Amino acid sequence: MKKIDRREFLKKTGEGAAAVGAVALAASCAPKKTAENLAAGSGEKGPDVLETGKMELRTNPGNGDKVSLLGYGCMRFTMKKDADGNDVIDQDNVNELIDYALAHGVNYFDTSPVYLQGQSEEAVGIALARHPRNEYFIATKMSNFWSNDRSVAMKLYQDSFKYLKTDYIDYYLLHSLGRGGAEGFKARFEDNGVMDFLLAEREKGKIRQLGLSFHGNQEQFDQIMALHEKYHWDFVQIQMNYFDWKHADGKRNVNAEYLYQELDKRGIPIVIMEPLQGGRLANPVEGVVTMLKEHDPEASNASWAFKFVGSYPRILTVLSGMVYKEHLEDNLRTFMDFKPLSEAELSFLCDECAGIIADFPTVDCNDCKYCMPCPYGIDIPGIFKHYNSCVNGGLIAQSKDQEDYMKLRKAYLVSYDRAIPTLRQANHCVHCKQCVSKCPQSIAIPRELSRIDRYVEKLKQNTL
Amino acid sequence: MLKKIRVILAALCFIAITLLFLDFTGTLHGWLGWLAKIQFLPAVLALNVAVIIGLLVLTILFGRVYCSVICPLGVFQDVVANISRKGKKGKYSYSKEIKWLRYGIWVLFVIALVAGVNAFVALLAPYSAWGRIVNNLLAPVYQWGNNLLAYFAERKGSYAFYTKEVWLKSLPVFLVAAATLVALVILAWKNGRTYCNTICPVGTTLSFFSRFAMFRPVIDTEKCKGCHGCEKHCKAACIDSSRKKIDYSRCVDCFNCIDSCKFGAIKYRFAWTRPATPAEVPATDKAVADKTAVENGRRAFLIGSAVALTGLGLKAQEITEEADTTAFEKENEGGFATIIPKKVPQRGTPLTPFGSESLKKFRNHCTACQLCVSVCPNGVLRPSKDPARFMQPEMSFERGYCRPECVKCSEVCPTGAILKITPEEKTTWKVGTAAVDYDLCIVAKGEVEECGNCARHCPVGAIKMVRKDPDETAEHPVRIPTVNEAKCIGCGACENLCPARPISAITVSGCEVHHTV
Repeated sequence: MKKIDRREFLKKTGEGAAAVGAVALAASCAPKKTAENLAAGSGEKGPDVLETGKMELRTNPGNGDKVSLLGYGCMRFTMKKDADGNDVIDQDNVNELIDYALAHGVNYFDTSPVYLQGQSEEAVGIALARHPRNEYFIATKMSNFWSNDRSVAMKLYQDSFKYLKTDYIDYYLLHSLGRGGAEGFKARFEDNGVMDFLLAEREKGKIRQLGLSFHGNQEQFDQIMALHEKYHWDFVQIQMNYFDWKHADGKRNVNAEYLYQELDKRGIPIVIMEPLQGGRLANPVEGVVTMLKEHDPEASNASWAFKFVGSYPRILTVLSGMVYKEHLEDNLRTFMDFKPLSEAELSFLCDECAGIIADFPTVDCNDCKYCMPCPYGIDIPGIFKHYNSCVNGGLIAQSKDQEDYMKLRKAYLVSYDRAIPTLRQANHCVHCKQCVSKCPQSIAIPRELSRIDRYVEKLKQNTL
Repeated sequence: MLKKIRVILAALCFIAITLLFLDFTGTLHGWLGWLAKIQFLPAVLALNVAVIIGLLVLTILFGRVYCSVICPLGVFQDVVANISRKGKKGKYSYSKEIKWLRYGIWVLFVIALVAGVNAFVALLAPYSAWGRIVNNLLAPVYQWGNNLLAYFAERKGSYAFYTKEVWLKSLPVFLVAAATLVALVILAWKNGRTYCNTICPVGTTLSFFSRFAMFRPVIDTEKCKGCHGCEKHCKAACIDSSRKKIDYSRCVDCFNCIDSCKFGAIKYRFAWTRPATPAEVPATDKAVADKTAVENGRRAFLIGSAVALTGLGLKAQEITEEADTTAFEKENEGGFATIIPKKVPQRGTPLTPFGSESLKKFRNHCTACQLCVSVCPNGVLRPSKDPARFMQPEMSFERGYCRPECVKCSEVCPTGAILKITPEEKTTWKVGTAAVDYDLCIVAKGEVEECGNCARHCPVGAIKMVRKDPDETAEHPVRIPTVNEAKCIGCGACENLCPARPISAITVSGCEVHHTV
């Protein structure tokens, strides 16, 4: 009974929230912009979608939630130094971003106890608690990676309520299922009774929707899907973007096309993570940038990737980690008055563009930092990020005989030293492999570090 | 006119040599490296007969122009003296040659040179002294300036400048350089070329020849009115204007006297004519003699203080040994493990650079000028603190290792202490051998299952990973590093990249005599 009441209530308030957002907008930005347009005498571009547009909402078939197609991923925020010199989240900045997002109809916020060294939940809780609880959906996770101990899981679960300042969680995920396979799931959730506990919490309404996030290959996905009969996953969060749609490597992960079809078949709502493939699709290889810009000179690189995933109807929401206001604004322009891509455009992205990207040897790191700290002090995500940006920027030399070799050599070596302190560079990796099991992308980190180190050595010794 | 030419040439030489010590990119050496090689003592140590004969002939023909043009330390003193003289004209006066000190030091120097007491030789050698001053005191400023440019270059996305780490390579040597500078500035400020004419062994050596120079400034006793103008302008204090005589052993051919003489009585001219019998000289004025005595006393005091300062510098070495590992990257917070700075391990035999051939040869040929230390891009070379090799460079691998493609030190060495080698030759020379300390090795200790970082980075494949337990039959047995001593060349890649801290588990000891592998 209670559940139905709440559902009804949320339905209404969801619409209310949109209305409130619209009013807030009309009051704040709209008149100013109009005045500017008049003064400038331009106006040929028409009204700004940020003022007049409406956030695309998707309905959760399970409970009728009207969820904004743009979800706020809270894995990255700007940090600042506190009095003791520690990195802490810049709360003012978070408040500002979240207020702005809510005002524009974003109502899904995804966090986890492990994001930003544990600071994300608290910061999100502080920011959201300043708004009526029925205006947004909170998603957080059971991130019990390091121990199968029940008490660890219980502590994480209870802390989430405390930090998020709430007495119910809208979307609760079993964080990062897949790589452990059925056995890993058994150890993490079944043998210790955590799964039974969470199911009971769902019954009680403390958890409104229970789902999972998935990283892994096809076999592992099938194992998780087999559990749907038993547990009924209310939703599943997958990695999907125009590259992974068809170009996943198959061993470590699986084509998003397959994941989507399997979930669609079962009618399970899908939440999308990594729509930019860890930011790489926001800055793809030069050739792809040219193609995208030729298609639409004004659209950002990232907007194509968001439109791609948003165009699939089973998608409930697309998570984007928006660190800066301009990310948020760009995404709002994509998802307000959202227009899905045509078949031809979808194919342009997942066949043509992704095909080019696949030819470049980037590392699939999305800078989640779960591998850190490396006990030997190596800046693993930093090294990959630098390498990827050089690959995408066309700064990798192929041979010392090529014409611009010396220029590329200097650019790589100097920027490498600037990006990564010498002592944290790839040549200090001892292959202890402690990072490997922590990587949600299953990157063979030591092997990739060695590959980069060998390239650096060849540059230094001029033996490329 | 002569003075102008001298000043221009001196300025060019001085700036160029100083830049050699500042340019860490090594590009200038291709063009200007010869300037270090025509320095007197480096040429002697390199047994560069052509340069030695050239310099001696130059001196016999034209006097000690070497001291006024080629020697950077001499020119530096002229700069200091010039500043001190600003505003007040003619502050110098004649003083007698302090023979016992001048020749005493020279004899000691020659003995030290032959006996291989290198610290003493390097301390007095003018070119080395200047090298140390620039390397220790000026280069950091230059590099900070470079780093500032690099900071802006980075923000503009330019790769024109890159950051160079500034670090104190050796505190004792830094103090010696600072003390030398202070002593020199005081001496030059007060009395011009005191160092060159009392201490400098190169100056004394050249003086044996300059007194017979074919061309030299000569006083025309007819024209001389005895105004003492030349004497007051002589920074070498070698013009006895009362007797109208010049001590050519100390004259450095600066030509100040020629310009200062209002009567045109001094001319730089061919002097191998039979000298006229000394003109009648007025009896020694008592006042002059008294003045000279006072001058001598003051000079002795100044020299004494210089020596004392240097001694203090040496003493400080023992006290401040601890403070050497200061400036180090501050710990990064949030997501980064702390990296403990590496410490210098105990080495059985010190490591000298590739191309130095043997410890003994290196010790006898190196003049400790720090030119190789200045150009080493890998932070490997630094001056030694060992009294027997004091200030001479040695290798250590806390900051980097002797990279296979780099032969910069061998390209710049002016004394032949490090002979020129190619990168290809380098990998066939053995300067040391690595050895593993299994108490520190993280695999041997059981800290991790796999490492092998030393083996992965050995440029000559001298490190063999072997089964820790020879009976183990697992597919991926635990493997520990061993050194194939026959292949190891001692470059230090393994030591530098070993994860064990602060002392590496694999360390290199030098070979007394380098040889091919």
